[in-house]
Amino acid sequence: MSTAVSPIDEVKTTPWSGGRSPFSVEYGKIMMWFFLLSDAFTFSSLLIAYGALRFSSVSWPAADLIFQSVPGTSIEHGAPLVFVGIMTFILIMSSVTMVLGVEAGHRGAKKEVAIWLVLTVVGGFMFLGCQALEWRHLFSEGFGWGHIPKDLGEFFHKDATPSAAYTQQFANLFFTITGFHGFHVFTGVIINIIILVNVLVGTYEKRGSYLMVEKVGLYWHFVDLVWVFVFTFFYLV
Amino acid sequence: MSSETTHAAHHEGEEHESMTKKKIWSVFWILLGITTIEFIIALYLVPHGIIPLKAANPVYIILTLFKAFYIIAYFMHLKFERVGLIYAVVVPVLFIIGLILVLTNESHHWIDLRA
Repeated sequence: MSTAVSPIDEVKTTPWSGGRSPFSVEYGKIMMWFFLLSDAFTFSSLLIAYGALRFSSVSWPAADLIFQSVPGTSIEHGAPLVFVGIMTFILIMSSVTMVLGVEAGHRGAKKEVAIWLVLTVVGGFMFLGCQALEWRHLFSEGFGWGHIPKDLGEFFHKDATPSAAYTQQFANLFFTITGFHGFHVFTGVIINIIILVNVLVGTYEKRGSYLMVEKVGLYWHFVDLVWVFVFTFFYLV
Repeated sequence: MSSETTHAAHHEGEEHESMTKKKIWSVFWILLGITTIEFIIALYLVPHGIIPLKAANPVYIILTLFKAFYIIAYFMHLKFERVGLIYAVVVPVLFIIGLILVLTNESHHWIDLRA
C-alpha cells in the first residue's frame, strides 16, 4: 500500500488554516490592541474636529504667543516651546523606561522590571505635574472652558485680526483635548502602579510570564503616541 | 506528529524577537532627534524667514508620522507581530484618513458660509 498523501488530504499549516489563532497573540493583548484602536478613533475625532474648526476660521490665535512662558519659573515671555519641550521629553523618556521594563520582563528579571516601572510612574507624575502648572498658568491668564482674556491683541500675530469667537474655540478645544489626554496619562499611571505592586508581590513570577507588563506597556506607549500628535497640532502647526 | 506540533508552537513563541536594549536606545535617539529638528524649524528657521510657515506645517506633520511609526513599530512591537495583526490594526486607520479628507473639505465650505 502506498503511503503517499494526495495533495487534497495534506494538513495545511498556514496561519489561516484553522486550529490556532492567526494572530498568535495572547487574548488580552489583542483586546488591548483593539481597545487602543477604538481610542485612536476617539482622539482622531477630537483632533480632526479641531483641524476642521481651525481651517474654517478667518484668524486663529498663535501658539507661539499663547505658550511662550515657562510656568513655575519667572520666565513669562519669549520662550515658546520650551516648557512643552520638557513635557515631551519627559513622556518620551517614560516610554523608554516602560519598554526597558518590558525587555527585562522577557528575561524574567523581577527587580529590573520593578525599577523601570517605578521610573515610568515617576515620569508619568512629572508629566501630570507639568500639565497642572501649564493649566494653572493659562487659567491665571484668563483662559478656560468658556473663558478667554479680555485683551486678545497679544495672542494674535500682527497680520491677523483678533477674534473672541475663534479664541474661545481654541481654548475649549485645547482644554478638552489636553484634558482627555491628561486623563489617559492619569489612568496609565494608576494602572502602572497596580502592575508595579503585582510585580513586587510576585504575581507574574508565579504566573511565569510578565505579559501583563507588556499589555500595560502598549497602553502607555499609546498615550505617548497621542501626545506626539497633540504636541504637533497645538504647539507647532 | 504531536511532538512536531508542540515544537512548532514553541518555535512560534520564540519567534517574537524581543527588542534589545541597544535597539530601544537607538529608537529613543531617533525620536529625540526628530523632535529636535521640529524645534529647530519652529524656533530658528521659521522666525528668521528661512522657511515660510506654510511650508513648515507639512514638514511637521511628516516628521510626526515618522515618530508615530517608530513608537508603534518598535515600542509597541507591532513590526514583529504576525501580518494578520499588523493589518488588523493598520487598515482601520483608513477610516481616520477618510474623516480627515471629509472634514477638511467640509471646513472650506464653512469658511465660505461665514464670509
